[in-house]
Amino acid sequence: MNWNGWTEFFHMGGYALYVWGSYGVTAALIIGELVLLRMRRQKALQLAKRSVKYGKVESDESTA
Amino acid sequence: MMNSLNLYKYASPATFYDLAGRMIPWFYAAAALLGVAGLYIGFFLAPTDFQQSEAYRIIFIHVPASWMSMFIYVVMAIWAAIGLAFNTRLSFMMASALAPTGAMLTFVALWTGALWGRPTWGAWWVWDARLTSELILFFLYVGFMALQAAIDDPRRADRAGALIALVGVVNVPIIYFSVRWWNTLHQGASVSVSKAPSMASIMLAGMLVMAIAVWMYAIAAALSRVRSIILERERNSQWVAQLLEGKA
Amino acid sequence: MSMLQTVLALLRRELTLAMRRRGDVLTVLFFFVIVASLFPLGVGPDAKLLRLMGGGVVWVAALLAAMLSLGRLFANDYADGTLEQLVLSPAPPVVWITGKILAHWLVSGVPLILMAPVLGVQYGLSSEALGVLVFSLLLGTPVLSLIGAVGAALTLGLRGGGVLVSLLVLPLYIPVLIFGAGAVDGAMAGLGAEAHLSLLGSILILAFLLTPWAVSAALRISIE
Repeated sequence: MNWNGWTEFFHMGGYALYVWGSYGVTAALIIGELVLLRMRRQKALQLAKRSVKYGKVESDESTA
Repeated sequence: MMNSLNLYKYASPATFYDLAGRMIPWFYAAAALLGVAGLYIGFFLAPTDFQQSEAYRIIFIHVPASWMSMFIYVVMAIWAAIGLAFNTRLSFMMASALAPTGAMLTFVALWTGALWGRPTWGAWWVWDARLTSELILFFLYVGFMALQAAIDDPRRADRAGALIALVGVVNVPIIYFSVRWWNTLHQGASVSVSKAPSMASIMLAGMLVMAIAVWMYAIAAALSRVRSIILERERNSQWVAQLLEGKA
Repeated sequence: MSMLQTVLALLRRELTLAMRRRGDVLTVLFFFVIVASLFPLGVGPDAKLLRLMGGGVVWVAALLAAMLSLGRLFANDYADGTLEQLVLSPAPPVVWITGKILAHWLVSGVPLILMAPVLGVQYGLSSEALGVLVFSLLLGTPVLSLIGAVGAALTLGLRGGGVLVSLLVLPLYIPVLIFGAGAVDGAMAGLGAEAHLSLLGSILILAFLLTPWAVSAALRISIE
């Protein structure tokens, strides 16, 4: 185990800004992408519901 | 003949939609597990580097991200080629679904590269061969997405994007070679296939585990985005209507 | 109609059209001169610094000027329908596309090559470096037209197409820029520019063989 105690762990040998800056931004971007994916899915479902409501559904299998 | 027949079954968006739906949770779970394992190795098992003390731990996200950003661009070009060859809409959708995740990982590679360069080389941005190629790769991603966004007709957008992805992938090695010729400051490839890795094997292990974790994450993100694309494009079709009844 | 006749016929058409609107050629040329003259105003008149930057600046300006005129490559023919006739014509697309790109290079690339020494002198480049600059542009500008044609074909008829072409095509220009400017720096530093020029030549051959196919595919995508 490299660290004795959490404070030393977060201090990261004086490079806290760089190490946690890198991992923090990476985590933020990944979470951001997951949120965007979720929002896009909701919007897509909403669009599909609307086209069903307005009866725009084509009768046969959709063309290529 | 039988085998390729049911392969084509998965080329139809409807069947692929369900298949992807079932696979996504597994990939997210794998990414999370491997990520935790990789970070544990990186922060708790890997020793302090004698030269850069703790700053080197950024390698556990910088290298996997840059590997994956290049790998995703190649996978994108492969889907583009398959789409153009077999005229399967789903392949184009996969290529479009991969681009944002690839661009995000390229940005992560640039950001972590800069933050790692600051303590080790004393500058936020260094015109080094690999960082510069990564920056150009970022422009290629942005170009692909911008072209697809500028074209309204999905059919033309798919094919135009596919072509620029293929032209791009042909140019990536040329760009990499010319940038390397132009300047090389980056440390020699510490992990190259030919010679043995010059880093402690524990560090290498951490990096490889993180690379697979990022790979799993990229697959999961791309699959969930492709499901949304399928929904957007097939919203007027029969199977989506039935799907919504089932869900509603 | 042999392939060569098709290319020559199309070349004649393009050049006569270009000569009718001579203004376009001059705008590209003056853009090149203005951009190249802006840098000393921005960076300062220190001769030693300018000499170091000369090759790179002239090359970047040539690259931007060549890209400026890409829009004209297909846009007018697309607008008045001649492009569809060309696509439907019996001549193999690669042939007449090469003809069109050649014509574009003659109209937009060659003036840059002729003007480059004048700008090189402005930056205090030695005569040997000027010779290498002209030769590197001679090898490089056709590649700019070839690769640029792919971008122009893909963004045919799109709103904001001009900006989009630059976004698509600039990353692909970077190897040409590196070897072109590198050739001039090599000559200035006395190291000799053979390596850079030979690489530039190989890129030219590669582009000349591959790009027309990509352009014809792009046109088919955009025209349908």
